Formats: sequence, C-alpha cells, structure tokens
Amino acid sequence: MSGPLLEIRNLTVSFRTEDGLVRAVDDVSLTLNEGETLGIVGESGSGKSVTMMSVMRLITDPNAQFGGQVLYKGSDLMALSQDQIRSIRGAGIGMIFQDPMTSLNPVYKVGWQIEEQIREHENVSKQAARARVIDLLTAVGIPNARERVDAYPHQFSGGMRQRVMIAMAVSCNPDVLIADEPTTALDVTIQAQILSLIKKLREDFGTAVVLITHDMGVVADMADRIAVMYAGRIVEQGSRRDLFYGPQHPYTWGLLGSIARLDRPRPRRLSAIPGVPPSLIRLPAGCAFADRCGHRFERCSERPELLDRVGNGHLDACHLTIEQKQEVRDRTIHPELVEEKP
Amino acid sequence: MLTFVVRRTLWTVVVMFVITVVVFVIFFKTPGVDPARAIAGRNPSPQVLAEIRAQLGLNRPLYVQYGVMMKKIFITRDLVSYSNQGTRVVQEIFAAVPATLSLVFGAALIWIVMAILMGVAAAQLRGRIWDPALMVLALVGVSAPVFWLGQVVNLITQGKLHSSVFSWLPPLGYTSFTTNPVIWFEGLIFPWITLSILYIGFYARVLRANLLEVQTEDYVRTARAKGLSERRVLMRHTLRTSMITFVSLFGLDFGALVGGGAILTEVVFGIHGVGFLTYESLTNLDLPVIIAVVIYGAFFIVLANALVDIAYAWLDPRVRPT
Repeated sequence: MSGPLLEIRNLTVSFRTEDGLVRAVDDVSLTLNEGETLGIVGESGSGKSVTMMSVMRLITDPNAQFGGQVLYKGSDLMALSQDQIRSIRGAGIGMIFQDPMTSLNPVYKVGWQIEEQIREHENVSKQAARARVIDLLTAVGIPNARERVDAYPHQFSGGMRQRVMIAMAVSCNPDVLIADEPTTALDVTIQAQILSLIKKLREDFGTAVVLITHDMGVVADMADRIAVMYAGRIVEQGSRRDLFYGPQHPYTWGLLGSIARLDRPRPRRLSAIPGVPPSLIRLPAGCAFADRCGHRFERCSERPELLDRVGNGHLDACHLTIEQKQEVRDRTIHPELVEEKP
Repeated sequence: MLTFVVRRTLWTVVVMFVITVVVFVIFFKTPGVDPARAIAGRNPSPQVLAEIRAQLGLNRPLYVQYGVMMKKIFITRDLVSYSNQGTRVVQEIFAAVPATLSLVFGAALIWIVMAILMGVAAAQLRGRIWDPALMVLALVGVSAPVFWLGQVVNLITQGKLHSSVFSWLPPLGYTSFTTNPVIWFEGLIFPWITLSILYIGFYARVLRANLLEVQTEDYVRTARAKGLSERRVLMRHTLRTSMITFVSLFGLDFGALVGGGAILTEVVFGIHGVGFLTYESLTNLDLPVIIAVVIYGAFFIVLANALVDIAYAWLDPRVRPT
C-alpha cells in the first residue's frame, strides 16, 4: 500500500460552550506510517487526547464540531457511516486509555469483555474466542491466564488491568494502536513494564503505535517521531533524534528543561515554564506560547506557520531564525550549565 | 455463602420479633385505646367491661398476652377478630392474598416496562424537547396521589361513560382468576394502571439519571472503542450497570406492596386484598387483625430485602461475598 497508514489532515475540533467556542484542536496534521511509533507530547488540555479520540470518532458530545479529514488506508474516517466506523474501531485501530481502573466494565468478567470484541468483528465460535483470549492474556503477561480469564476487573491490580486493556486493544490484530497516556495512572515500576510490553507487541505484530503522553522520558524511549502540541496546535514535529538533539521551539525547550536528570549537575531548582496555558476560548492571534516565552519579539503577534525551517524535514512553528535559536537554546534548556561557566 | 444465608435468616427472625413487639406495645398500651370499650358498645357498665377483658385475656400481664397472640397466629392459627367475632384472622389474610398479588404483579409488570422505556427514551433523546417533556410527564405521575387519581379514573370509567365507552368494564371489586379470567383481567386494568403510574414516574426519573451518569463512564467509551453497536453499548454496558439501583428499589417497593402497601388503591377500587383488610382493621381498631397484617407485611419486606441483597450481588460482582 502506498502512502501513510493513517493521515490526519487539518483536523479541527471545537466545542460550543456557554463562554464561547473552545478550539481544542486547531488545524492539526499528522501522519503515521506502517510499523512506526509516533509520540504526541503536550501538557493537559493541549488537545492530544481529543485529536486521537476524534480519529476514532469517540467524542459523543453533541456540542463538538469537527473539521478536516482523517484518512485511514485511504478512506476518510470522518465521512464514514456509524456502521463503517464501527468496523474499524477495535479491528483496524485499537485504543488503550489512561485510567485502567475505570476503563473496564466492573460487572463483566475480563475474558468476556475481550471475547465480546473478537466476536463483534470476527465470525468465530465462543470456544475459539475464549481460547484466543487466554492466549492474549498470556501474551500480555497475565500469570495463570486460564483461571484469570474468569475474574472480574476489581480482582486485578491497576497494572494488570492495563495489561487486560492492551490485550483487548490488540485482540483483533489492529494496524494502529492508539495508547492514550497508558502509564500515567500507574506506579513508575509498572510504567516501565507496560511500556516494554507495548514495545514487544509492536515488534511481534508490526503494529503502528500512536503514543500520547506528557512525559518526555516515555517518548524518548519509545517514539520514532514526535509531535509536540501546545494549545491545540502542533508546535514542533520531527524525528526523535532531531527533537531531542536539535529542538527548535521554545516550548519544547521548556519541556526538555523541566526533566530531572541524573547525568547532569544538579540544578538549584528544576526549571519550569512560567505562566499557564492560554484559554482555548480567546487564543491570542499570534503565537499561543508568546506570553510564556522568554524570547518573544514583535513578530510573535502574527501566527507562526508550522514549517520546515531547518531544511531536514523537521517542522516547527517559531519565528526565531535558526541562528537565534542556536544561540539561546542551551541557555534556555540548561541555565545551570551556562551559569557555571566562568 | 451458607453462613451468609444462615446469618441472614437469623437476622430476619430478630427483625420480625422486634417489629411484632413494637406494634403490640403501641396498640395494646397506647392510652385511650381500649379494645374492650370498643367492643362493649356505648356506655358499658364496669362489669361488662371487666367481663370482656377477661374473655379476651386483656387482664393478664402484657407478655402473656403477647405470647398468647403469637401462639394463636403461628401455631394454633385460631386468632379471631375482635370486631367480627368468629372470623379467623390468619385464614382471612390468606384469602385476601390472591387479590393483592393479582393487583401488584400486574402493576409491577406495567411499571417496569414503561419505566425502562421512558427512562431510556429520555436519556437517549437528551438535548431535545422529548427529554424534558417525558420527565415532566413522569413528575405529574409521581405527584398525582393514588386516592385522587383512582377516584378520577372511577369517575370517568364508572360514571356516565360506563353506559357507552366503558360498558365492558365490570363494576368495582375483585373477581378471582379461577372464577372468570376475563372479568379478572377487565376488572384489574384500571387498578393496575393507577397503581403503576406513581412508580413509572419515579423509576423513569431514577433510571434516566443513572443512565446519564453511566454514559460518561470510561468503560462505556471503551465499549464504543471496541466497535460495538450503539444498541449493544446501551443494552449490555450502559443499561446493565444502570439497572443496579433500579432493581434494588424495585425489590423494596414490590415487597412493601405485596405486604399490603397498596392500601389506597385497594380501597379506591374495592379490591378486597391485604391492603383493604389493613384499612378496615385500622378503622375498627381491630387489634388481632392489625398485628397479623403487620407481621405479614413485615415478612414480605424483610424477604424482599434479602432478595434485593442477593440480586445486588448477582448484578454487581464487586459486592459478592467471597
């Protein structure tokens, strides 16, 4: 098949509220190739979850308005009928959610909940579906799966429930797995296990993964390409290497600077990005990050386009020239390193 | 599970004992309530009163009176009414049960079906005019008192229109199913509707609120992400968990109604069931009947409570004893 597996073109999602129109996602374009892992990074409310929920058409709020296209294997998901999108949900695109404690129905056995999905998409017998569920649960590392298949969600720990969710999401061999902050609600030790499980499944089945997170450490570990979102827009997008070694947008610098690192001199204080994200109802006409940015100048009052300014396919939305960026970047990310120089 | 059942049964016995004692003390020791005086008629002489008291055993200590009455209800089953001498109370209650059961089962069937339809419809049509319209209708149903609604229904169906539109309708009262199934059915249609209207309104509102709450749960979103149809999401995921409250409420209301709680409906429509018996015994201060009816009602309410607990465990695996 030619072209990307999943392509989001100029997606816009807004919600009508009493205070006005909230632009949760503003003109977002993304592509996902077969077998690739795309990381979407941003803080709460930056629109990363809403973007991927819109791809699955899982936003049921009657006040939501959508614009743009989502092409999956060439067909526009936004234009499909309810029945057509249903045949893609769960079968072509699987999804894992943030909170495993509430994502499973408490009144059904976990095995039944996975079987339900398999039998919705494939014409298999109950016994065959059950056998497959047991294999899946074993594959995601649930000990004693033959017995645990008949347990209820409340009899599982958070990490085990997330494993069940992963087994469910991959049960119909989807091409795309959307993982919406899959480790946010878990202990750090469990986080690592879940991430390595997703990695393993990705390698075993060749599934493309969209990993939504606010944790730069997670994407550094997992993603081939990374998109950074801020206030509903993509502000920077590039390969993992370029993004970590040559970040172009001051917001990305802020995110990188706020990571506590063990391999660097300990800063007096972990740096944080000053201020709070802007209200999505009255976004400034120019760069949405300008109010929190230490490098703003006159041009920031006009909206920066997401362009390849470096010349290697790395996209960013900042008016600063490459030279200016190089000059101020290290100082912004690691002020403590610069200060210590004589 | 066995210890659960045993503990539950013992608890039931304790509750019923306490209820009978409380009711007994209330009616036999309340100042101004003197069954002998009620039986003796106007201005009785002290000798007559003393005679009646001795005859009824009212001059004996209270605990003896209580014991004798319990013995007459549960063991010898020959407790007799004070006001209708010779009527055996236990047998009278058992004779009244079929009428009550006919009324309550039919009404329950109507109210469950209608409440689910209305509750689901309102929740699904949220944001349109139908949701508030249905809920106002439900509120009207909740607000209309049964004694008033029943009288209005009677006024319409048994009044002028009885000679035309409602000519098929039998006169007020209850005909047993074994006597004539057709008349049994015809005579109960309007009592069923009247009794169920209150509950339809209440249950539809409760169900709607539960549905709307469950619809925002993460696992409903998961169900959609699995590719299930909206219909299946509603039936198997949203409605299933919303029914937990519904079923608990239903068990308690149903138990209370079978236990004689449909007093007003039975009186308005002249159905001689347990509720009617309760009404009569209260107006005549017929203590043996009151006590027996209370025990009977308490039994069903306690039974319903136990059944609700079991149903609850069946519906929600999180509360199952392990």
